[in-house]
Amino acid sequence: MEQQEKILEVKNLRVNFNTYAGKIQAVRGVNFSLYKGETLAIVGESGCGKTVTSKALLRLYQPPLVSVAEGSEILYDGQDVLKMNKKQLQAYRGREVGMIFQDPMTSLNPTMKVGDQIAEALRIHNKISKKEAAVLAVEKLRLVDIPNPEKRAECYPHQLSGGMRQRVVIAIALSCSPKIIIADEPTTALDVTIQAQILDLLMEIREKTHTAIILVTHDLGVVANFASRIQVMYAGQIVERGSTRDLFYQPRHPYTRALLDSVPKLSSKTHGELYSLKGTPPDLILELKGCPFAARCQYCMPVCQERMPEEIDLGEGHSVSCWLQHPMAPDVGPLNDGRKAGA
Amino acid sequence: MFRYILKRFLYMFITLFCITAATFFLMHSIPGDPLSYMAKKLPDQTRENYYEKYGLNESVPKQFGIFLKNIVTEFNFGESIRYPGRKVTETIVEGAGVSAAVGFQALFWGVSIGIILGVIAAYFRNRWPDYLIMFIAILGVTIPVFVFASLVQYLFTVKLRWFPTTGWGSWKEMVLPVITLALGSIAGYARYMKSSVLETINQDYILTARAKGVSEFNILRRHVLRNSIIPAVTILGPEIAAVFTGAFVTEKMFGIPGLGFYYVNSINDRDYTMIIGTTVFYAILFVAVQLVVDILYGVIDPRITLTKQE
Repeated sequence: MEQQEKILEVKNLRVNFNTYAGKIQAVRGVNFSLYKGETLAIVGESGCGKTVTSKALLRLYQPPLVSVAEGSEILYDGQDVLKMNKKQLQAYRGREVGMIFQDPMTSLNPTMKVGDQIAEALRIHNKISKKEAAVLAVEKLRLVDIPNPEKRAECYPHQLSGGMRQRVVIAIALSCSPKIIIADEPTTALDVTIQAQILDLLMEIREKTHTAIILVTHDLGVVANFASRIQVMYAGQIVERGSTRDLFYQPRHPYTRALLDSVPKLSSKTHGELYSLKGTPPDLILELKGCPFAARCQYCMPVCQERMPEEIDLGEGHSVSCWLQHPMAPDVGPLNDGRKAGA
Repeated sequence: MFRYILKRFLYMFITLFCITAATFFLMHSIPGDPLSYMAKKLPDQTRENYYEKYGLNESVPKQFGIFLKNIVTEFNFGESIRYPGRKVTETIVEGAGVSAAVGFQALFWGVSIGIILGVIAAYFRNRWPDYLIMFIAILGVTIPVFVFASLVQYLFTVKLRWFPTTGWGSWKEMVLPVITLALGSIAGYARYMKSSVLETINQDYILTARAKGVSEFNILRRHVLRNSIIPAVTILGPEIAAVFTGAFVTEKMFGIPGLGFYYVNSINDRDYTMIIGTTVFYAILFVAVQLVVDILYGVIDPRITLTKQE
């Protein structure tokens, strides 16, 4: 957070899935900002809306089935992405914001050479010839540490390993030097050694290009040494946000606490049982009254069932939506011991 | 690759032999023989001469031997029994040419319009273009050819007086049969393409393409089409073969002297040299086209390899 210049601002983002069963509110009023060059992690369990949020930033959703509610705003450089016309949107995608997808096995076109897939992006956003694009594509492959890039550019995706393919996906996202890269679970589908390599690569790229990165993941291990800020999502809402340090050492939301507790630790006894959070997230088809986490929360108070807690600023960018931070809440130890100062 | 094609050729011959044998023996297992009907009233001597001429006095296996030898050595399927003096091979070549002239035009329009409509329907799924196209497609599949042919004849000949009902010779006579035949193809391809495109369009790599900023038209053209065309190519193979053998009903309805027309007549006439000849001809085309289609798969989708990978 050296530079405080906002490049992306999301205001009251609401995304609905229109199904036969009814309207599923997958993202329920998300607000956040992304600053130049920073790495922001969005963390949460499956179905919490983190992927939907990240896709909405590029408007990558199917209009009749998925819709963004009125009043939502995604401001890039002062312009509302949700109000862009076709041309503007195509220029914005890839050029300003690149996206890395979860599964490299399926996110490349199987009938197109990988070099061509990178060159395609280059040719959309730059006025260059096919030949120039092909040469540049090889350069991009070199940038993501693919050995023998001239030869690899001529390969089809199925001829490459999973890790290689993810490098290609990253090369595509990087191809037009976007100012933001959205990485949606970039390591989830890879095995552990490759995961580390891909993360190293992303960090290296961040050093070189100073691109802002939005990292969407459920893996706190990935986040710990990669992100500068973390937002924890639950049931389509951001329940806690703050610097990586604050969230790891002073989590204030019981859900963040639970997430951290479910990570195995090197120091813990081998025979002990690993903590696991009981219950399931609420059905998002329902209108939620009160705190969405109430049903699973061990500190649940009567008020939690009745009213949604406001987001409370704890200072230094750390904020949390939890009734435990209210001055009248009982003292439950580290989770809310600083509440009087914050409230 | 060369070895693969060689192997396929070998299999082709085995297949063709089986089909030839099956057709031959099936035709011969029908009670009575092809001459009995016309030779009934003939004097004994003449009848025997006839039987000798066609080799029908020999035992069935021996007849099969002669038949095979003629095919292999001089590609000769013999003479038509119903119309003495008319060579089966000549009739096939002549008829197939006529059938192909109509059939290929119909197939061309059927495939191109069908594929385009299928892509449009998938892209606008559950919206009015989809409903309209699928309505047409269902009509094309469900309306029997003879009904549609009569409708077309009624509309364009009786009402509008644009084209003749039947006949053969100028392009004007081709229009109606081409329309009739194309409707079926359009319906078939539209339906195949729609489901195939729907599957492709929900793939992750389409999302990747969108995220790159590729325009919707180029997504369809560059990313969707090639990945969803395999099912269409699969049904294209047998249809190309069928083009030469003609459309039985359509040719009958429009009085086109194509192979289908001869085929149906030969069955009615128990003209079994013609029946066997046409069947084997169709079989040859079918297996040959099948080989081409299999090779095409590999060209369209690089993941498909015909030989074992090293």
